[in-house]
Amino acid sequence: MRHAISILVDNEPGVLARIAGLFSARGFNIESLCVAETLDQTSSRITLVTSGDDWIIEQIIKRFNNMINVIKVQDLIEVTHVEREMMLVRVEATQETRAEILRIADIFRAKVIDVGPKSYALELTGDKEKVNAFLELLKPMGIKEIARTGVVAMAREVQNHKRGGER
Amino acid sequence: MARMIGAQMFFETLLDEGVDIIFGLPGGYVLKVYDVMPKYTNVIKHVLARHEQGATHMADGYARASGRPGVVLVTSGPAATNTVTGITTAHMDSSPVVVFTGQVPTPYLGSDAFQEADHIGITRPCTKHNCLVRKTKDLPRAMKEAFYIAVTGRPGPVLVDMPKDVLIGEDEFEIPKEINLRGYKPTTKGHIGQIKRAVEMILSAKRPVIFGGGGLIWSEATPELIEFVHRLKVPVALTLMGLGAYPANDPYFMSMLGMHGSYKANMTVHESDLIIAIGARFDDRATGGNFPKFAPNAKIVHIDIDPSTIDKNIRVHCPIVGDAKQILKQMLELIPVDLKVDRREWFGEIEKWGREHPLTYRQNGDKIMTSFLIDTLYKITNGDAVIVSDVGQHQMWVAQFYKFNRPRTHITSGGLGTMGFGFPAAMGAKFARPDDMVICVSGDGSFQMNMQELATAVENNMDLKIIVINNEHHGMVRQWQTLFYNSNYSASHFDVMPDFVRLAEAFGAKGLRAKRPDELEATLREGLFTEGVVLIEVVVDYEEMVYPMIAPGGAMNEMIIDPADMS
Repeated sequence: MRHAISILVDNEPGVLARIAGLFSARGFNIESLCVAETLDQTSSRITLVTSGDDWIIEQIIKRFNNMINVIKVQDLIEVTHVEREMMLVRVEATQETRAEILRIADIFRAKVIDVGPKSYALELTGDKEKVNAFLELLKPMGIKEIARTGVVAMAREVQNHKRGGER
Repeated sequence: MARMIGAQMFFETLLDEGVDIIFGLPGGYVLKVYDVMPKYTNVIKHVLARHEQGATHMADGYARASGRPGVVLVTSGPAATNTVTGITTAHMDSSPVVVFTGQVPTPYLGSDAFQEADHIGITRPCTKHNCLVRKTKDLPRAMKEAFYIAVTGRPGPVLVDMPKDVLIGEDEFEIPKEINLRGYKPTTKGHIGQIKRAVEMILSAKRPVIFGGGGLIWSEATPELIEFVHRLKVPVALTLMGLGAYPANDPYFMSMLGMHGSYKANMTVHESDLIIAIGARFDDRATGGNFPKFAPNAKIVHIDIDPSTIDKNIRVHCPIVGDAKQILKQMLELIPVDLKVDRREWFGEIEKWGREHPLTYRQNGDKIMTSFLIDTLYKITNGDAVIVSDVGQHQMWVAQFYKFNRPRTHITSGGLGTMGFGFPAAMGAKFARPDDMVICVSGDGSFQMNMQELATAVENNMDLKIIVINNEHHGMVRQWQTLFYNSNYSASHFDVMPDFVRLAEAFGAKGLRAKRPDELEATLREGLFTEGVVLIEVVVDYEEMVYPMIAPGGAMNEMIIDPADMS
């Protein structure tokens, strides 16, 4: 099962290696990973997406909690939450496709951030489905390069307890 | 506040922590610490180990025998990597060892400088925590935090990496009064709702059993456990690491459980309707490793200070996170002092298992059986010695036939199973408990892994006894080859064996040897009651096997019984 885990940690060298080490020790892959300072510069928030056996992920989360540098851990699968990721994509642009690319970008509320003689670079924010749908539509034009941030996520203020109540 | 160099801060902080002994070996990047050391040797003893692995096991043995943190001081690179086995051993058995390593000066970090290794990276998975100190003024805080982390919660090893420029640099010395780590708040008091639930489960159980582990010893819960057991009349089975936490001469004691546990203990756990696990983690050596077939009719109450042990191997019905001693106290408040329970039926069944396959041995013929040796040792010492065993067959016979009545008298490498642990750990234990008789019981294979520390023992005029059991084999390897590898004895026999008596003499120790059953007791008595470092080599029958045995992956009622016992 897919899990998005939000981890508040000390903003110190080596902390990310500790977190990543627990996954590699279990032979688990990290699908995406986002790390940045929080308002308090002494701490960072890691948002990590992984898939795997729920029991093992539960164990990994407990081990996170045991780490001295980990301040708080939340498995967002237990709550209703919002996820977003940002993507930059450079797509080939010819005489014939330029208008079409801009139309698609407009529909997805993507922004043009760089224009060249042969390409557009676009910026898009959305959940994983939206980002993937956008990519699918651009594929026929010829995608030259993409950079994705991976997921950042946050629990919703009002919880409907539908998913949380299951566990 | 006084200005001083990092190396001096190191000792001042150790003094503040109440450390009076460290185990170490000097080298390049910690030379400044050793330069300052003579000023402190009247208050902090330094034991010069002959190998850094030895130093780490000594500190570990010291910690296990005393409950206080063991301290190691070594230099960088090979010295630090030599501590890794010792650190991992301490980590697996939750022992508070604090390791200080020298490191290349901070500007050279990551440059492959001479004797540089990534100590933090290497020890990250085998320490409870580790840190690199980057500034001289940060050293006292890093050290105080290291000790705090090592001894609180579930104890464990902590490594502090000290670059040379941090040690020679000068700054204001300030010791933090209080340690407050926002990401580290171990729970000690149990959740009252869970405790009530657990007590209800215990009071309504018909066939309860206590499954006690090493956590009982670290939390010093023995008095509360005895009261709990006597009030509820519950049989007690202990894991290897738990031995000593409950007196073996008490009628409720079932002896060790697990792979080489007694038939009685394993059947009691398997057939129980409620397991009260305290400070144990249900590892594969304690449960047989067949988790789905583990105690099929039992509900499980699991008390442990480490939340990550809950539901790790076995799903439990009532977890309580906290300190064992504290939780037992909380439970006792809810259990009437004059509780009436009738467990005649349950104990009747248990006694029947005990009669069917008791833990026994047969000493006949002209070869010494190791089990007979351990029993003889128990009788000579009246069960009062601190026994530090190594790893292998002898370790299991010690666990089966030496009756441990007090906590911290049985010391062994359980989790990692580190051969070579026993002898240096016994030295550490002797430094911790100078008034106790400390005996290292080792095998020929294990002893040869750290025998260089004989020099350290003699140098320190220790009163330490070492029994080296010589069966010319890696005995436990041979046993597995007999049982599971068609008696294909590949690489388990030693073609050359040192003369252990002359080896001891070469180091300036006394050496003795027993070969025949009729000379065993006299030789043991002579060795044990001679002052100084005494090595007693006992030549034993290499064909003796440890029974009962749960084959790996078996359930607890699936034991291989001694074939001789079956006839």
